[in-house]
Amino acid sequence: MHELAIAESVVRIASRQADGRRVTKVQMKVGYLRQVVPSALTFGFGLVAEGTPVEGAELQMEQVPAEGRCRGCGVENKLGSLPLQCGGCGGFDLEILKGEELMVESLELEEA
Amino acid sequence: MHRTAVKKVVLENVLDANDTLARANRDVFDRAETYTINMMSSPGAGKTALLERTLERLRGELRLGVLEGDVQTTLDADRLARFHIPLVQVNTDPGFGGECHLDANMVRSGLGELPLDDIDILIIENVGNLVCPAEFRVGEDVRVMVYSVTEGEEKPLKYPLMFRSADLVLVNKVDLLEHLDFDLEQFLGNLDAVNPGVRTVLTSARTGQGIGEWCGWLRQRLENV
Ligand SMILES: Nc1nc2c(ncn2[C@@H]2O[C@H](COP(=O)(O)OP(=O)(O)OP(=O)(O)O)[C@@H](O)[C@H]2O)c(=O)[nH]1
Ligand SMILES: [Mg+2]
Ligand SMILES: [Zn+2]
Repeated sequence: MHELAIAESVVRIASRQADGRRVTKVQMKVGYLRQVVPSALTFGFGLVAEGTPVEGAELQMEQVPAEGRCRGCGVENKLGSLPLQCGGCGGFDLEILKGEELMVESLELEEA
Repeated sequence: MHRTAVKKVVLENVLDANDTLARANRDVFDRAETYTINMMSSPGAGKTALLERTLERLRGELRLGVLEGDVQTTLDADRLARFHIPLVQVNTDPGFGGECHLDANMVRSGLGELPLDDIDILIIENVGNLVCPAEFRVGEDVRVMVYSVTEGEEKPLKYPLMFRSADLVLVNKVDLLEHLDFDLEQFLGNLDAVNPGVRTVLTSARTGQGIGEWCGWLRQRLENV
């Protein structure tokens, strides 16, 4: 359950960035390769946010699909599932271009 | 009462705070000239058993220390206590979020109890888990992954984050190969697909196979510093 640890970190970031205001929404980007279970992250977020300026805030996750360039044939692939495999030649040796994001993008704050 | 919401752009990586602490740990290790290894695996792959074999062989030659990350027990640390080496146990937080891996802050909390100046190589036994520890750097120089042949050939493809981040993979429990329907070549191919060229050592904590090669790898770490 790294989701709980991630949730803690998200709440910490949001609380600090809120500058004393109440947070109503947290917008995140979550790459597919992080193997984050969204429902687990949402659940953890709700728990960890209790008693902080983030309590009750909505967590929105934009899921970023994985993309990789094949080192064998050069084809750029959108990778929908594990294992990560080139659609062109079937190779597994891919340079990852996208899908490792794990970022708090923006907050919605109540006006003071 | 009417409140309006304002949007604030943040763009902060969730793991930045951990990475910053990990760099601070790394500075502490570097200053003490302690080479640090983050040892990761799924539960029960044989990390502690390999450490026992390693300490039997290298104690007295290299100054080894161990930081044990464990979920609420001291069982692994108890198994290593007989070697009388610097050893600290960090129980991962049984509360929110910390139960499945070590993070940089937990490792930092154990460092005060270790005489780093007297340790050449510190091995950190992470919590057995194939997903979470890969996300959290703790200040290590290298990552060693222990994989056991009882786990199935497809694991590197299913858990690429960890297998990709390993600098060395110990393929353990090879004494069991003759009893298993396990395709070693297929596993090594899958591993090479997600982590091209990664070095592997076939080991058995039971028979001692490969322990010499692994200990040789450890010795080499100090020559390169
Ligand atoms: N046959 C065989 N059994 C092994 C080998 N290495 C470890 N074991 C057994 O596997 C079990 C788990 O070994 P541990 O050393 O506790 O594994 P671990 O990775 O430290 O486990 P956790 O810390 O709980 O994640 C024990 O029963 C060991 O005796 C090996 O090379 N061959
Ligand atoms: Mg162990
Ligand atoms: Zn290809």
